Amino acid sequence: MLRVQLYKRRGDFTLDVDFCAPVPGVTALFGRSGCGKSTLISLIAGLLSPDQGRIQIDEDTLLDTTRHLDVDARHRRIGVVFQDARLFPHLSVLDNLRYGAKRLPRGAPAPIGFDDVISMLGLGALTARRPHQLSGGEQQRVALGRALLAQPKLLLLDEPLASLDLARREEVLPYFEKLRDALAIPIVYVSHQFDEVLRLATRVVLLEAGRVRADGELATVSRHPALRDIVGPDAVGAVMSGVVDGTDDAGLTRIQVGDAELVVDELAPPGQRIQIQVLARDVIVAASRPTGLSVRNAVSARVVSVTPDVGRAVLVELDIGRTSTLLARITARAAQELELESDKQVWALIKAVSLRGHVFSAPGR
Amino acid sequence: MLSPAESEALFLSLSVAARSVLFNLPFAILVAWVLTRTRFTGRTVFDAFVHLPLVLPPVVVGYLLLVLFGVRGPIGGWLYHSFGIQLAFTSAGAALATAVMSFPLVVRSIRLSLDTLDRGLEDAARTLGAGAFDRFVSITLPLIAPGILAGAVTAFAAGLGEFGAVITFASNIPGETRTLPLALYTALQTPDGDALAARLATISFLLGLAGLLVAEFLARRLRRMLGR
Repeated sequence: MLRVQLYKRRGDFTLDVDFCAPVPGVTALFGRSGCGKSTLISLIAGLLSPDQGRIQIDEDTLLDTTRHLDVDARHRRIGVVFQDARLFPHLSVLDNLRYGAKRLPRGAPAPIGFDDVISMLGLGALTARRPHQLSGGEQQRVALGRALLAQPKLLLLDEPLASLDLARREEVLPYFEKLRDALAIPIVYVSHQFDEVLRLATRVVLLEAGRVRADGELATVSRHPALRDIVGPDAVGAVMSGVVDGTDDAGLTRIQVGDAELVVDELAPPGQRIQIQVLARDVIVAASRPTGLSVRNAVSARVVSVTPDVGRAVLVELDIGRTSTLLARITARAAQELELESDKQVWALIKAVSLRGHVFSAPGR
Repeated sequence: MLSPAESEALFLSLSVAARSVLFNLPFAILVAWVLTRTRFTGRTVFDAFVHLPLVLPPVVVGYLLLVLFGVRGPIGGWLYHSFGIQLAFTSAGAALATAVMSFPLVVRSIRLSLDTLDRGLEDAARTLGAGAFDRFVSITLPLIAPGILAGAVTAFAAGLGEFGAVITFASNIPGETRTLPLALYTALQTPDGDALAARLATISFLLGLAGLLVAEFLARRLRRMLGR
């Protein structure tokens, strides 16, 4: 368990956070720019000193201001991948990769092998080059390799994709997924892009103006009102975590989510954990099980709450069994006509083709 | 091609300028680092003090050196009595005077590259396990090399021509402190010295030009190495 408690004042800005992250696992630090994410990363890495605080990885205390303990950044063994890669321009890719490895204490365990990193990140063809001869995506892969080869106990990724265009992001993201599934290192992933969080993380710490607004499993935090404010109305939707059951006779993948079953047009082998976001605007609420519709997913649900949303819409929270929840955005008029209120039984309809699943190869925690 | 007196002056100029640069660099790097990376009271005064040789008449610098480093001066006396080192009226003294005069140039140049250096790179090195000195040697120094080089070349070229401070502190001794500009000045003071003065001026001109070309060439190579 990574435990972080930090307090730091900097002019008008106050950072005051307290959160835990599972080890191993990916925890996303999510928030708007300026909410203190980068300051928090610098504090965890030891590049900044807090006014008060405590950082602990399992039994290992890296910082405890009450005991005047502050392990220097160079001894913390926390790998950092910065937004701007920060490769050393005067060194070749190979020397960049070896920089941290060379400085490991003698006899320190080095479970992450050089060749494994090279092949996992596809760096074989790049080693002789100079950083300025690399594309943005390649630079981030090298930076990631360099951090890994310093044998970190924790990996901090500070918006590693923010400076890349969409195509480059798609090129680098699979490497992060591979890394997450292959290594037992805890990862803290900072981002202001919710789709990255959805693809990579299982836990989210939601930061707003230097404070933790929500903290927990992605499925829980995805229903938090504060998240809605950050991602905007179009991206609002419950995140659910399910396990692949198999494929149906039409070739669609069946996913068990709580007590319900959803089909998606996505290829994934049975047994794998999959994370799905169901956008609120894609969900239809029906009073009875409909017939003669193209929609593939009809899930029996119980209304939990109806809250005002943007414009003339309301947001309906639906319980689909075993703590799984859906969010549906419908017009207030529709909610009135269906007489939606707490505990009413309804059907939630979701088109299979509007669902995107993200596969987590590692066994679900 | 060159008369013995000419080649002597040329060689002496090169040697004095080169020694002044070598003497300069470690202090200039240190001072530039202190001025960019530290905050302390009196920093502005210290900064002004470093830049003084740029605005003071060279003769004043030579005079101050004579007061401090002369055999009866507080530092010069100590050096002379403890180690038998005499700086005033020697070529080492000429190198010292030249070094003091070009010091601000070197500091400026190094400071400029320290200012533009991305400190994030040093942070990255720190998270990778590099200590302060290690970071300075493995990251900072190579990345400010173009600035150090530019400063060194400028100081060398300027050092070839340092006149006022050298003649005041080290005098005009043939074979010891009579560098190119001093030899030129002496030639101008001598009847029939016009031809010699013209030749010495030409040598100075060619030397300066060569220095600047070499500097440009080296700077380009370094930039290419750093990928800029």
